[in-house]
Amino acid sequence: MAGQTPSGRQETAAPFAIELKGISKAFGPVQANKDISIQVAHGSIHGIIGENGAGKSTLMSILYGFYRADSGVIEINGRPTTIPDSQSAIRAGIGMVFQHFKLVQNFTVLENVVLGAEDGALLGPSLTKARRVLADLSREYELDVDPDAVVEDLSVGHQQRVEILKALYRQAEILILDEPTGVLTPDEADHLFRILRGLKDQGKTVILITHKLREIMEITDAVSVMRRGTMVATVKTAETSPEALAELMVGRKVLLHVHKGPANPGRNVLSVENLRVVDEAKVERLRGISFDIRAGEILGIAGVAGNGQSELLEVLGGFGRATGRVVLNGTELDISGRASDGQSRRAAGIAHVPEDRQRLGLIMDFTAWENVAFGYHHAPEYQRNAALMDNDAIRADCAGKMQRFDVRPPLPELPAKSFSGGNQQKIVVAREIERNPDLLLVGQPTRGVDIGAIEFIHKQIVALRDAGKAVLLVSVELDEILSLSDRIAVMFDGRIMGFRDPAQTNERELGLLMAGVEG
Amino acid sequence: MDKLPRWADLALVPLISLLLAAAVSAVVLLAIGQSPSQALWVMVEGALLSPYGWGYTLYYATSFMFTGLAVVVAFHGGLFNIGGEGQAQLGGLGVALVCLSLPWPHWTLALPAAILGAALFGAAWAAIPAWLQARRGSHIVITTIMFNYIAAALMIYVLVEVLKPAGQMDPASARFPPGTNLPTLHEIPGLSLIFTKQVPANVSLFVALAACFGVWVLMWRTRLGYEIRAFGKQPAAARYAGISAFKVTMIAMLISGALSGMMAINNVMGESERLLQNASEGAGFIGIAVALMGRNHPVGVFLAALLFGFLYQGGAELGLWTSIPIELRTVVQGLVILFTGALDQMVRMLLVRLIRTSRSRTPAQAQGGM
Repeated sequence: MAGQTPSGRQETAAPFAIELKGISKAFGPVQANKDISIQVAHGSIHGIIGENGAGKSTLMSILYGFYRADSGVIEINGRPTTIPDSQSAIRAGIGMVFQHFKLVQNFTVLENVVLGAEDGALLGPSLTKARRVLADLSREYELDVDPDAVVEDLSVGHQQRVEILKALYRQAEILILDEPTGVLTPDEADHLFRILRGLKDQGKTVILITHKLREIMEITDAVSVMRRGTMVATVKTAETSPEALAELMVGRKVLLHVHKGPANPGRNVLSVENLRVVDEAKVERLRGISFDIRAGEILGIAGVAGNGQSELLEVLGGFGRATGRVVLNGTELDISGRASDGQSRRAAGIAHVPEDRQRLGLIMDFTAWENVAFGYHHAPEYQRNAALMDNDAIRADCAGKMQRFDVRPPLPELPAKSFSGGNQQKIVVAREIERNPDLLLVGQPTRGVDIGAIEFIHKQIVALRDAGKAVLLVSVELDEILSLSDRIAVMFDGRIMGFRDPAQTNERELGLLMAGVEG
Repeated sequence: MDKLPRWADLALVPLISLLLAAAVSAVVLLAIGQSPSQALWVMVEGALLSPYGWGYTLYYATSFMFTGLAVVVAFHGGLFNIGGEGQAQLGGLGVALVCLSLPWPHWTLALPAAILGAALFGAAWAAIPAWLQARRGSHIVITTIMFNYIAAALMIYVLVEVLKPAGQMDPASARFPPGTNLPTLHEIPGLSLIFTKQVPANVSLFVALAACFGVWVLMWRTRLGYEIRAFGKQPAAARYAGISAFKVTMIAMLISGALSGMMAINNVMGESERLLQNASEGAGFIGIAVALMGRNHPVGVFLAALLFGFLYQGGAELGLWTSIPIELRTVVQGLVILFTGALDQMVRMLLVRLIRTSRSRTPAQAQGGM
């Protein structure tokens, strides 16, 4: 094919920065990408959207040289290009900003930018040159970062800017960002979008991979939707709507907004008073938190990750140490970490869907049925006699839960790691909710969960509330907080900055509180 | 993404690893001017082709089952117990103290007591590293290795200063009373028809088989086993579930130490019938290889213990009947451990690649034909 294109035609007939033609990639029996074709116009911001496992990451990995496509053609600026490794991708002008940053934490910004792009054996000249280039780039694109700051001292938003600078320093013309706003505050996200618009104005091409419909609508020029390894549609953003995109992603109509009736709060279930947590490095993670949750109420905790929400869940879940007072149903709980653990909390009526299901909520190598008993392996119905567990009973229970919660595939013998993120989460949610707890702790219930499953999990949480249970919801997704909560508390730096009524607040106000600005 | 079918993972990978080890062993033998085929024949004949040979192979295998199971239990709890050797030696001390303390009337009474003594002493020797790991964070690999040396020194002291009868030259305990002597396979009705000569394999073999079954029940049928496995896979998640790290670490290591110690009923009580210096002869270390090769499963441990029993006995035969130096036994064992334990990931990767190409070739050819 390459031979058929006369070299003179390339410049004139290259309206696309990237054109993929018929890209396919299989891993064993799994077809991750199926005959994918896409055209990304020069100087545009192009969104790629799809559920987890739809093949977005595989496609970008092919473009960045991590995988080789089984078939298909990649054209960069109209020229067929093979990208066997990431060095070739960089040479072709492609820069990638990963979801998990690839920065050396104890290097300075400058050192990180130069790393792998040194001009020679001596560092001095490269660093001097990089300092000059960085100064130019910062001015041009609002990418201001102190070049001599050590990366581990930077905020997440700034670290992300270093990643972008790295790509631009390598003269990237095409910038791919994978879920870039997952770790940012709304303000930081706004700033990022300003940077991206600036890049676009300078003629760079930006590919934005995300599962957030709002971002797609806000910033992209065109959007491609992926579903189960295929590209189902590419549309102009101005000509579509979030509802239409969601339907394309999932393949059926999706409720983007949670339907829930007004809350009917009853008696006080949980009272937290002046909760303080000091971590091993003697840093105060919770600085005196107080709140109540009543029966039939969802209290949403908003905040950027790392502002004390995890510690709060750990203490309430029985595996953290704190000072203060926690009272559940009139009984004070031990929070010293000595007389309590996950078992005693479960016995007291607290169920916990942890923030990080793969690290805490599931044993990834265990089968689904073994995970259904996780934390409840002392439950009487799971025992055959005093000595032995009743594995058949657990299997049967697991099969029932899988059916009721629509876990796919419904195979109790499959290890947890073989399920998609959404189905893993359904296993955890089924396990915790079906215990009918008085208080449900739920952290990031839909992180890495596909849209179809999000809808289902949200319904379950609301149903539990309607059954008169108390729910503590921790999420970094403002949409989720706003649509599920009956009351919102915003956390910043270990404190609650304020409580808000979801009907009378907005993202702007919450965003300011999340950034530590007193309301 | 790419995984091997279960049968290939369980059977094919160890088999190929073994063949590779055999091939390299053959090269070593050729290099020192010996015939590999003759050596193999001597080993097979001496270890497997006579009841007498089996009597030795099974004797060694019994010890390896105990020490292999010990490694398995600790490993499922995320603990690498290298201290099987020291725990086995202390187990020997437990057996000796039990056997010498009473004029036992019959072995059926002495054996349960000796098992208890062996298990208690082995567990006690594992308890200190376990506590240091659970409470102080001292790495169990380092502490258990150190405790092997301490055990060796302690045993010399006890043998020379405490247990050695007056007037005896070698550092060993007195002979155990006849009432503690375990029946060998030759002395068991029914089996005596097969084992017509006196062999060292004894009733401890059946205790070892029971231990294999017991460990399987423990790990996959009880709450304790569930907690040990969960903690071993994801310690952080165990915290969430309310599984105590301290409790699991201690109990897993105590069981592990007890199993190592129980090996002593085979070699000390069943074979030498008195406590000798360095009675365990490295079986504690072989247990690590047995557990690795046995995929940390009791059935695998049983099979791997048989294999290493064969290597031990076959190696001894080599020393007896050929001019091949006895050290070569260590070389062969080392190669088996290297290939089955350390390098089996290499074999697995190669197999995965082979299967992948053979699968992808078929559709590719179909496309090419169009």
